[in-house]
Amino acid sequence: MTDPSTASAVTTAPEEFVTAAEHAEVKGNKPRSLASDAWHDLRRRPLFLVSAALILLVLLMSFWPSLFTSVDPNYAELSKSREGPSGAAWFGYDNQGYDLFSRTIYGSRASIIVGVAATLLTVLIGSTFGLLAGYYGGWLDGLMSRIADVFFGLPFVLGAIVILSSFRSSGDTSPTQIILLVVLSISILSWPVCMRIMRSAAIAAKQQDYVKAARALGASTSRIILRHMLPNAVAPVLVYATIALGAFIGAEATLSFLGIGLRAPVVSWGVMISDSRDVIRVAPHSLLFPAAFLTATVLAFVMLGDAVREALDPKAR
Amino acid sequence: MTTTQSEVDFEGTAPVPGAPLLEVDNLFVEFRTRDGVAKVLNGVSYRVEPGETLAVLGESGSGKSVTAQTVMGILDMPPGVITGGEIRFHGENLLKASPKRRREVRGSGIAMIFQDALSALNPVFTVGFQIEEQLRLRKGMSRRDARKRAVELLEQVKIPNAKGRVRQYPHEFSGGMRQRAMIAMSLALDPEMLIADEPTTALDVTVQAQIMDLLKDIQVERNMGLILITHDLGVVAEVADRIAVMYAGRIVEQSHARDLYRKPGHPYTQGLLDSLPRLDLKGTELTTIKGLPPSLLNIPKGCPFNPRCPRVQDICKTEVPPQHRLAPGRLSACHFAEELISGD
Amino acid sequence: MTDNIIEVRDLVKHFPVRVGVLFKRTVGHVRAVDGVSFDLKRGETLGVVGESGCGKSTLAQVLMRLEPPTSGTATFEGRDILKMKGGELRKLRRDIQIVLQDPYTSLNPRMTVGDIIGEPFEIHPEVAPKASRAKKVRELLDVVGLNPEHINRYPHQFSGGQRQRIGIARALALRPKVIVCDEPVSALDVSIQAQVMNLLGDLQTEFGLSYVFIAHDLSVVRHLSDRVAVMYLGKMVEVGTEEEIYEHPTHPYTQALLSAVPVPDPELRDHRQVIRLEGDVPSPVDPPSGCRFRTRCWKAQDICATEEPKLVTRVANHPSACHFAEEKSVVP
Repeated sequence: MTDPSTASAVTTAPEEFVTAAEHAEVKGNKPRSLASDAWHDLRRRPLFLVSAALILLVLLMSFWPSLFTSVDPNYAELSKSREGPSGAAWFGYDNQGYDLFSRTIYGSRASIIVGVAATLLTVLIGSTFGLLAGYYGGWLDGLMSRIADVFFGLPFVLGAIVILSSFRSSGDTSPTQIILLVVLSISILSWPVCMRIMRSAAIAAKQQDYVKAARALGASTSRIILRHMLPNAVAPVLVYATIALGAFIGAEATLSFLGIGLRAPVVSWGVMISDSRDVIRVAPHSLLFPAAFLTATVLAFVMLGDAVREALDPKAR
Repeated sequence: MTTTQSEVDFEGTAPVPGAPLLEVDNLFVEFRTRDGVAKVLNGVSYRVEPGETLAVLGESGSGKSVTAQTVMGILDMPPGVITGGEIRFHGENLLKASPKRRREVRGSGIAMIFQDALSALNPVFTVGFQIEEQLRLRKGMSRRDARKRAVELLEQVKIPNAKGRVRQYPHEFSGGMRQRAMIAMSLALDPEMLIADEPTTALDVTVQAQIMDLLKDIQVERNMGLILITHDLGVVAEVADRIAVMYAGRIVEQSHARDLYRKPGHPYTQGLLDSLPRLDLKGTELTTIKGLPPSLLNIPKGCPFNPRCPRVQDICKTEVPPQHRLAPGRLSACHFAEELISGD
Repeated sequence: MTDNIIEVRDLVKHFPVRVGVLFKRTVGHVRAVDGVSFDLKRGETLGVVGESGCGKSTLAQVLMRLEPPTSGTATFEGRDILKMKGGELRKLRRDIQIVLQDPYTSLNPRMTVGDIIGEPFEIHPEVAPKASRAKKVRELLDVVGLNPEHINRYPHQFSGGQRQRIGIARALALRPKVIVCDEPVSALDVSIQAQVMNLLGDLQTEFGLSYVFIAHDLSVVRHLSDRVAVMYLGKMVEVGTEEEIYEHPTHPYTQALLSAVPVPDPELRDHRQVIRLEGDVPSPVDPPSGCRFRTRCWKAQDICATEEPKLVTRVANHPSACHFAEEKSVVP
């Protein structure tokens, strides 16, 4: 061990390991993170491609509805009330004489906004609490988990009715405020699920040796949480978020249908389904088209979530 | 002096009336994965006789466990695909046998024990129940007879207080006891052949020694064939009659234990022995094998060991070395095997 | 005065065993480390061997301040490691580093190799100015025998042995004086294990490191160690130079341990003296009274149950914690 020639042997060693480098080179592109690996994998899944195409279409509809239709969704012609699909109006007209195609296109915006905003808020609250509970453990974890249990125990629809009806009774509320309220009530009732997912992922990440190594280097708590635990715990939350987005769009529709969510003049799929309630027998198309778009969108997000889960699953690789 | 891989010749082993107990003949297995086709086994042949211990030695990824799983018929397919070869048990090709026949052979013909006894035992049933279940289903024993036999089996593997222990769950056993319980379970149907896949790797040295002694005793007592799959050159030296060294899905050397340690017939075996720290010898620098084992997705042309071999020549990079017969019962897949043995 | 870089005295680490869901109550203690004392000399390698549950890994955790000690002292260059706080503790991190066992979980899969080896400099920015860090990381990769070009790769693109080299480079980054190696080669294949062991040996010479080398493999420990300590159930039972322990062991446990190691030489198969211990290691929650090894010891007498043998020199010029210490060579 004291032979200086052997020490120099170490520094010349890299050439010996070219064989190992070659292993990686076989697979083509050079540095591959887990994310890029997952992306590589996703691109080859039909499930992902179909759902992604659907979601892109819906997003496009919500951002640039004018690309799809030039009809004003808020222009009603009572004379055309309940008219069926035709060449002029592909989806027909509803009870009030609104063009259903135009409203379905424009309605995607409110649905997507509620879905995305509620998901972001849910993930933000849930992940923060989950990470803290997972890292610190002990009484903090106990307290946070019990609070989460309380919220988790509330039935979703009942909870939403209570929240929305108590906050909305104060006279007239603007459409923005209504959207905000709906987003808030969905998030408040949903964050415990996200917290549980993040908490268990964080606990698993915390027990890994690389966290031990970082602590041995003297890394601060924030560094360990943000640099080591979060990136390794984020995958299951990502999957949850994708599926939740679909579910929240459905939840918006549920609340609107019950008359406590969005309402006219806001156009959303839920509002449209709610409007069709009384005329289902005579004008089934007024229910069919928004419901079909809603179902397809929810399904697309759930499928996307499944595809992402499989792509991120380390056991599969 | 050279033979093809399918004509493995074992003059050195005991004379056989009729077919040998187990014969693996030119076995090829591939794993078809998303990243490509991994050639896991590339013509593996070996033979085991009653009462004989064959050690299959190799590093991770060498294919030693896959061979055993294929013999047992428990290989995951997909991704595994058997692309060639035969596995003969008493002369019967198991790969052509019906699923029913294979189930019969599994357990009562060939049994297997695993490295991780805790996950190989079902945590929700008592150890006794798991042994009795086999006896009742496969041998039609009554509940009471099966219990009696289970206690006997646990006593055979030297578990103290076997009568009380049958009622316990796997998690109530210590690591060594669990491995004993798994051995008892594998013996329940009186197999003629036992495959032990890294049976002591997860155990401490003192417990490892106990388990190896036990395996050896049981083998002698029952005149069983034993395949010991391991990466530990020390364990092999203590128990094996013959050794097969695997590298990148091929058997690179097959030999009687003593010959192999005295004079390795393949540069890879030589490298393994040289890189092993010894309890009884204190050296200064270990001689290492340079580089890494090849990726099975991309096995080097010619001899798979050529990029790491200190004796590499041009021929090694182009031609797969055939099995050279160096002595009765001794094979080496190296172009220069004879020189290795006779030379310096 | 002395050239001991680390001195550990009567170190104790007990983990409470708690039961109950909401109101946890302590029903006992796992006596993982139960009164351990030893010195690490500058530039030497102290091997610590023992079977699982003997407390050798906990010892590493406590020395690294990853777990708080229950009692005892441990000094590094005269300063008490176990009492350090804040800035002083951060500074200690530059002097003592650790290499962990599992090359698969010890590297963050979401960070590139450059980020992993560069992290010590980010945590201790005073060590190297920002501009020089990339160069330093490349140098470190070179020192541990990896291609500096691979700085942007992720851990899963490397094999087990290469990952262990990355772990060693990370430990080496701050130029520590002591490295605690917690089973650094036990997860590796034989041919790769030898490469990493040689690297550790070479680095010691090059950088004047002192190692606490923890392993269960007695052959590996012998190969790298100058002195060896044998642990059993939270206690050190025998301490001596590599030669004293392997050629002249006096504690029955050391002798049994050595005789259980398979030697890769079939010629010796029938000529070796074999000591086979009965049963398993007792639970560290409720260790035997007196000498902890007495339940498995063939020499046990009444005194062993009542009086705990001290770790003192009785025979053969090195300390051994056995009332009936007696030299016996078991290695062929």
